[in-house]
Amino acid sequence: MKCDIVLAGVGGQGLLSIAMLIGRTALDQGLRVKQAEVHGMAQRGGAVHSHLRLSDRPIASDLIAVGTANVLLAMEPLEALRHLPMLADDGVVFSNTTTIRNIPDYPDEEVLRQQLASRAAIKWIDAERLAQEAGSLRTANVVLLGALSQALPMEQRIFERAIRTMFSRKGDTVVEQNLRAFAHGRSAVREESAP
Amino acid sequence: MATRLLLGDEALAQGAIDAGLSGAYAYPGTPSTEITEYVQRHVAVTSQSIHCRWSSNEKTALEEAVGMSYAGRRAMASMKHVGLNVAADPFINAALIGTRGGLLINVADDPSMHSSQNEQDSRLYGEMALVPCIEPADQQQAYDAAIYAFEFSERHELPVLLRLTTRLAHSRADVEIHEDGSRPQNPFSLPNDKQRFILLPAHARARYLRLLEQQQALVEASEESPFSTLSLEGDASLGIVSCGIAGNYVQETFGGKVRHPWLQIGQYPLPVRRIEALFSRCSRIIVLEEGTPFVESRLRGLPLRSSPEIFGRLTGHLPRTGELAPESVASAFRSSGAPSADARHRPSPLLRNRPPALCQGCPHIDSYRALNQAMAPYRDRGRVFADIGCYTLGAMPPLEAIDTCLCMGASITMAKGAADAGTSPAVAVIGDSTFAHSGLTGLLDCTAEQTPITVILLDNGTVAMTGGQDSQATGRFAQLCEALGVDREHIVAINPRADRHEESVAIIARELIYDGPSVIVAQRECIQTLRRSNSTRKPESPPRGCRQDAKGDPQ
Repeated sequence: MKCDIVLAGVGGQGLLSIAMLIGRTALDQGLRVKQAEVHGMAQRGGAVHSHLRLSDRPIASDLIAVGTANVLLAMEPLEALRHLPMLADDGVVFSNTTTIRNIPDYPDEEVLRQQLASRAAIKWIDAERLAQEAGSLRTANVVLLGALSQALPMEQRIFERAIRTMFSRKGDTVVEQNLRAFAHGRSAVREESAP
Repeated sequence: MATRLLLGDEALAQGAIDAGLSGAYAYPGTPSTEITEYVQRHVAVTSQSIHCRWSSNEKTALEEAVGMSYAGRRAMASMKHVGLNVAADPFINAALIGTRGGLLINVADDPSMHSSQNEQDSRLYGEMALVPCIEPADQQQAYDAAIYAFEFSERHELPVLLRLTTRLAHSRADVEIHEDGSRPQNPFSLPNDKQRFILLPAHARARYLRLLEQQQALVEASEESPFSTLSLEGDASLGIVSCGIAGNYVQETFGGKVRHPWLQIGQYPLPVRRIEALFSRCSRIIVLEEGTPFVESRLRGLPLRSSPEIFGRLTGHLPRTGELAPESVASAFRSSGAPSADARHRPSPLLRNRPPALCQGCPHIDSYRALNQAMAPYRDRGRVFADIGCYTLGAMPPLEAIDTCLCMGASITMAKGAADAGTSPAVAVIGDSTFAHSGLTGLLDCTAEQTPITVILLDNGTVAMTGGQDSQATGRFAQLCEALGVDREHIVAINPRADRHEESVAIIARELIYDGPSVIVAQRECIQTLRRSNSTRKPESPPRGCRQDAKGDPQ
């Protein structure tokens, strides 16, 4: 078993937190993990990404090779487009619908969505709306994690345990919001893929 | 044994703690920062009183670590590659006096310049200083290497350079760590051998001869290193030499079973006998390494009986610059695993760059807006010399507020030289931490000659770019500048806020025409640290109680 995941987003979206959550969950499940991150200058409002590799056998490279990722999770549509070349032919994209237009020449949204859909199997998630329903806009990253979790080889309860551990420092309310966000994201994908 | 998910940086730090570390000295710098942050957060800091405060710069950090080693204890200094330039003086001389307590110099190189102004290779420094260098291939080896390197340093009485690169420093993996507690710290003990520790020329000549005599033993140790492996099995039409994490890409390319004779190097100086064994078997050799083609060029110059054809970065089989990637290594082998070039693997024409930018609400934006307006009349003869930090992003549109960025501290000194040549106004823009790191001495040069420069000291109270570490001079800038000789009348403050813009412009404009050195302190807290302290309880801040000297009780 191997699962190569590319996470992509914009600095400040909480991408590294969910990368860490996935890593810890995989470790709890007895899997081997490698998770390459971007720190430093790039984090300041720029494009950020992380390569996450899970396997039941030792993993050699920290980086995923171009054209071989099983899943791409994009927290922003333009970032989905940026990392699309990483995806294997049978790979799947989970993308947030909300754009972050902090650059002057952001492409037309409709054209961008069409371009993505024509190039890959893509599942859209309205993470901001679902996060709001979960009780806090700040849980949008965990909504996306919930959606992604449908494609990962780990059990739901182990994810939930990792969420509890990670947010326990911030109090019960934050833990509950994040658990709801995770569940919303998980069912959003299930509903969408239902016939 | 317990399994933890650790960054390469963190694995190294955990290894050092388990090896009986007494002091971690460092200046923050991507990708090395997390080594020291991990030590600072670790319970051992208080339970075992490990010294772990940030130092003013890499040179002070390394000298402090050398001092701790002198007093018998295990110490390490951590920095990014360009930090080793700052610390080069003690680095090279520490090899001559040697170590008592084990001494690690952990340097994280940044090939591809993800967060740096160059991609220099620290292994060249190791060779110049004639010290052993260990280059772990993965997070587990980073952990093991710290433990091994402390022993090694004490056995050979030499500092050990531990080289990481970005991809290992900032990648997490499961690491097996010892659970049976740390090795006890070394007891405090002082030497009485002055000849060894006073590098007068007569002593230094003897020490240098000794260092040269030690080289053969270091080569022997590299031949036996647990971080290097040699396999002579497989298709000998091509032999592989790989260093550090490059070996992982070799394994990735061949799916675990490497089909050619293969030498993986994790310790320097180079293991000459192992190279000889590989070369005598193969007529062609490919060299894979992160950074400079260091091993590739040394292999060409080795006086060996066989001289196979050598391929690598110098021959264009791999890119001359930038970090390696699984696909560049695969295509160097022309393996079938090379990426196919169908439409999806080419970037879409719709794609737009999203470069890093100053945060919304960042105080530097307001400082730069005021500076831009005050400088508007002088665009022909005036220039703004900037420095290393978040505020280097002031180069980007729409601000485009700065003209140069060279290295830590060079804003003030370049402004001085340019002022000496006739630039007017010559403005230096420097952050609080960078000023403490390397700005003070340059300002002293300016006051000694009353050079007309205007220093804008951007004081956001933290080392912001690397994630908000403490800076050594916070709250002391006015006194420091006055002590360095700046006229008290020309040490002034502005409040970098949009609603105080006109006032800031007027103050800057006034200082720009002053015929001497002036310092304008623009003080407002970093928006990131402010947000963090507002939204959460203070996250485990660096412990205040940790030891500041080596007088604590031995374990």
